[in-house]
Amino acid sequence: MKKSHRKEAQIGGKAGYKVEDAVSFTDINNAAKSSVPQSGQQTVAEEILARASGRDRVNPGEYVIAEVDAMMMHDIFAADVLSMLQRAGIRRLNDPSKVTVVFDHMVPSPSVSSSAHQAKARELVKYYGIDAFFEIGRGICHQVMVEENRVAPGQLVIGTDSHTTTYGALGVASSGIGSTEMAYSLATGKLWFRVPESIAIVLDGEFQLGVTAKDLILNLMKVVGSSEAQYRSVEFGGPSVGKLDLADRMTVANMGVEMGAKFTIFPEGPITTLRQDARYFASHNVSLDKLVPQVAVPHHVENVVDVGDVVGVPLDQVFIGSCTNGRLGDLRLAADVLRGKHIAKGVRLIVTPASATVMAAAAEEGIIEDLVAAGAYVGGPGCGPCFGGHMGLLAPGERCLGTHNRNFQGRMGSGEAEIYLGSPLTAAASALAGVIADPREIMDGSSNAPAGASISSSGR
Amino acid sequence: MAMNNDLAKIQGRAWLFGSDISTDMLSPGQYVHHPMEERLKHVLESARPEFASQVRPGDIVVAGPNFGCGSSRESAPQHLKDLGVAAVVADSLARIFARNAIAIGLVAIACPTLSEVVEDGDIIDVDVISGRVSISARNTTLDADSIPEPMIDVLRHGGIEPMLSLIGAEQAQDD
Repeated sequence: MKKSHRKEAQIGGKAGYKVEDAVSFTDINNAAKSSVPQSGQQTVAEEILARASGRDRVNPGEYVIAEVDAMMMHDIFAADVLSMLQRAGIRRLNDPSKVTVVFDHMVPSPSVSSSAHQAKARELVKYYGIDAFFEIGRGICHQVMVEENRVAPGQLVIGTDSHTTTYGALGVASSGIGSTEMAYSLATGKLWFRVPESIAIVLDGEFQLGVTAKDLILNLMKVVGSSEAQYRSVEFGGPSVGKLDLADRMTVANMGVEMGAKFTIFPEGPITTLRQDARYFASHNVSLDKLVPQVAVPHHVENVVDVGDVVGVPLDQVFIGSCTNGRLGDLRLAADVLRGKHIAKGVRLIVTPASATVMAAAAEEGIIEDLVAAGAYVGGPGCGPCFGGHMGLLAPGERCLGTHNRNFQGRMGSGEAEIYLGSPLTAAASALAGVIADPREIMDGSSNAPAGASISSSGR
Repeated sequence: MAMNNDLAKIQGRAWLFGSDISTDMLSPGQYVHHPMEERLKHVLESARPEFASQVRPGDIVVAGPNFGCGSSRESAPQHLKDLGVAAVVADSLARIFARNAIAIGLVAIACPTLSEVVEDGDIIDVDVISGRVSISARNTTLDADSIPEPMIDVLRHGGIEPMLSLIGAEQAQDD
């Protein structure tokens, strides 16, 4: 835990919420180590794991075998998982109706080997009776799962993608697993889980002009880092949690995994306070008023600085998209910055909408037209360049700023390239400037300036 | 896949890595659909370019905190296993990597502060059952995190895949 944050953690008494009632560091640590069943409220993670494992309550540190409510696979792993089942002689899945397969990574297929891999997956999807299969063009798996109502509040969900934490935006306990564990879960309907300790993030205040949910999660990466939340469930509450719309919550929950979190949960419904009696391992208060645009610098997501510290760094490529920031509100913010202007010479802008639904809505609103007129390459729905698979790969020495979720060395092509991460506003402003730019500088006084992050009003 | 009955006695030469070794470094995304032989040549090349060509069967990967952070790609632990790595022992392990390693039958255990003690090339002894790591050259024995019984069982089977074959056989009998 970082000292600078402890100070901030003392705010939080607004709207009747008393952080000191909910959290006492020493008591929580002791309670977490105890194997004696505790009384009182459970955290959302505990409640969901208890329900899924047929128990009244569970305690952090325990291992449970839980019934999984929904499973998701994408094109990178579906063939591997289903082939493994076939090799093992598994003839039928425990419950094919719980399973969703989305082709979003290598789309459209860029190579013969990738095409063969996808063809194998299609064949086995049919063989195992998986009806919820979404072909290329439908969108990024996490966006599609939400748009198609394949997840619901209170569920326990797994996916073969680390950003499966995204569904926490809906009050789901969801986490990424590997293909072998997925195979086991498809065959048995179950998986083992360690009951995580939980960390409370208490939000108050309002986003200032030019600051978005992406800046919030990047700031949490800086303040909480990627070790405190390892294996833990991060749960959001506080007087301002309701100011984040579904899209905002998806952005934040999506990147919870970068903090190391097992789950990132926004409790279901109009809950603006965390469960006061529940045992939280730690608590952090974030005052949205104090946030400024944040940028993660190479080569780790927790290397986060205020945008002012990197303004002027030259860029070769800007990317707007991904399961973190490829939704309608994100494209709208970018278009608001770029409308009637053109990106700088020497920089290329790649935009990929998170889903077909997002793309259609953006086209209807004229957003796509604005982006194309500004010089953007607008690709189809899917993961795009985010995971370094087949498009927008960087050359040695090149530098990219993207709205995605990872800036690890080698993530988007050459290991000698540099990746910066920021909000759609920061990305759009930087594309205009050709260097990393502070979006607030071009938004102040501009007639079509967005009125702050809350401009995004839709989860789709 | 062989049964691993010697979980208490794993001995090997240490390859020392720093903190935050990511799945992108273990299994770079750009080679994801390349032939396996090609993919293995690039394992950890951005951290230690000589690793893939010089690692020997039975070697142990030792690293700082947050080893295996990043994506859920199972190729990350699988590549290490395919290169013959006997175990991964890190100050701490990223959650998905730790699960995936056990699932494919690769020993992965967290041992806080180990990377501060071990020097590259040291011979280290790992006892998964009692949760201990010893470095005789440094006269040091450290406590490692324990691995829960269900996962020890998976390791004894050599991973989940052999366990699935048992379920497959049951289904065949039912039909």
